[in-house]
Amino acid sequence: MSIWEYANPVKFMKTTDKVLPWTVGLAVITLVVGLIWGYFFVPSAENFGGSVKVIYVHVPAAMMAINIWVMMLVTSLIWLIRRHHVSALAAKAAAPIGAVMTLIALITGAVWGQPMWGTWWEWDPRLTSFLILFLFYLGYIALWASVENPDTAADLTGVLCLVGAVFALLSRYAANFWNQGLHQGATLSLDKEQHIADVYWFPLLMCMAGFVLFFVALVLVRTRTEIRARRLGAIQQRERMA
Amino acid sequence: MIALLLRDLRLAVRAGGGFGLGLAFFLIVVTLVPFGVGPQGEILARIAPGILWLGALLACLLSLDRIFALDFEDGSLDLLVTAPIPLEGVVSIKALAHWITTGLPLVVAAPVFGILLHLAPEAQIWMIVALLLGTPALSVLGTFGAALTVGLKRGGLLLSLLVLPFYVPTLIFGAELVRRGAEGMNTQVPLLMLAGITAATIALVPFASAAAIRVNLR
Repeated sequence: MSIWEYANPVKFMKTTDKVLPWTVGLAVITLVVGLIWGYFFVPSAENFGGSVKVIYVHVPAAMMAINIWVMMLVTSLIWLIRRHHVSALAAKAAAPIGAVMTLIALITGAVWGQPMWGTWWEWDPRLTSFLILFLFYLGYIALWASVENPDTAADLTGVLCLVGAVFALLSRYAANFWNQGLHQGATLSLDKEQHIADVYWFPLLMCMAGFVLFFVALVLVRTRTEIRARRLGAIQQRERMA
Repeated sequence: MIALLLRDLRLAVRAGGGFGLGLAFFLIVVTLVPFGVGPQGEILARIAPGILWLGALLACLLSLDRIFALDFEDGSLDLLVTAPIPLEGVVSIKALAHWITTGLPLVVAAPVFGILLHLAPEAQIWMIVALLLGTPALSVLGTFGAALTVGLKRGGLLLSLLVLPFYVPTLIFGAELVRRGAEGMNTQVPLLMLAGITAATIALVPFASAAAIRVNLR
């Protein structure tokens, strides 16, 4: 019994068939509970008013935006090293979700920033690096879409994911440096969860768990779709040969 | 390897090779900017480092798809892959040839364009240093993008989308170096960071490019 058993598509399909409804159910429950808790049963923070509640979407989405790329990095490595097709398809399935999460983080951040900072957009290092991360997601998805041979596409995007991870990280710290060089001390800190009261922290934790489960459910659904599409392609090719 | 370098240079310089195209593009960008932002000297001087860097970046991008595409079409890339020299070396030589034909002319021409944009005299030397240190990284990263898209029919736009995010760190530190130089501030940090990024890029990225080419020619 080893984890590599699940690299077998048949085994993967059989297992996820059983796991998927549970994941979806848990994701819905934690998301509904977390969001309702956060939005209706938590007092508005002083100085922030009701707008602080955007963190229940913004923080989990931002967290997922980064972690999904890490997940793609791991699955790409598994594909490049051990050639398990399910792994490559999982990376492909995760990329659009990651791009959407990045977009959600950017948009909710803008919605929060307008009343709080008085601007929709500020060239803050965090905001800038998320925009760059979004561009990396777009490039990754575009490369998957434009290479016809699936194995070639998986290899190329895998390499892109590895190099992109290094450069996304590098851009993050370069942007840090760049903005300090422009206007010292003018940046706003978003590190609120480090000194956040428990009243806000627990529903936020619930929302984070909900987003993770939601992501897992989506990736499973999308990976299963990819596997089915791959099988369909194989069947069609066989019929064309016959 | 030297023969390969000479061959690439000769192909670039001769008719249809696109040598000088990047330089002309650079000139057009520099000419158009004052029309866009107005002819006031102090505004131009403020944005000159950024404009020069953006011009260098776009001029570099313009010639990227030629790096491997022509060799791929006439089959000489297959010969290069099966040649006794390592593919990583071939990629590095290709990047070097690309830099000599596009990056180096920009470095040489930068002072002239700097004068056109009212770049501060004390920033001129930093502009040359920054471009000299930064443009090799642009060429090497460009070969990676070109290697990823070499098999595609219309890879040009995709190539830009793939490569431009990789240019962010180089652009940030390169422009910062010139800006600090113009204001007489300490330039050591961006200088060392820029040099470090370029050195690491030259050392490591050819392996990724070579891997991508092997996949594409499989």
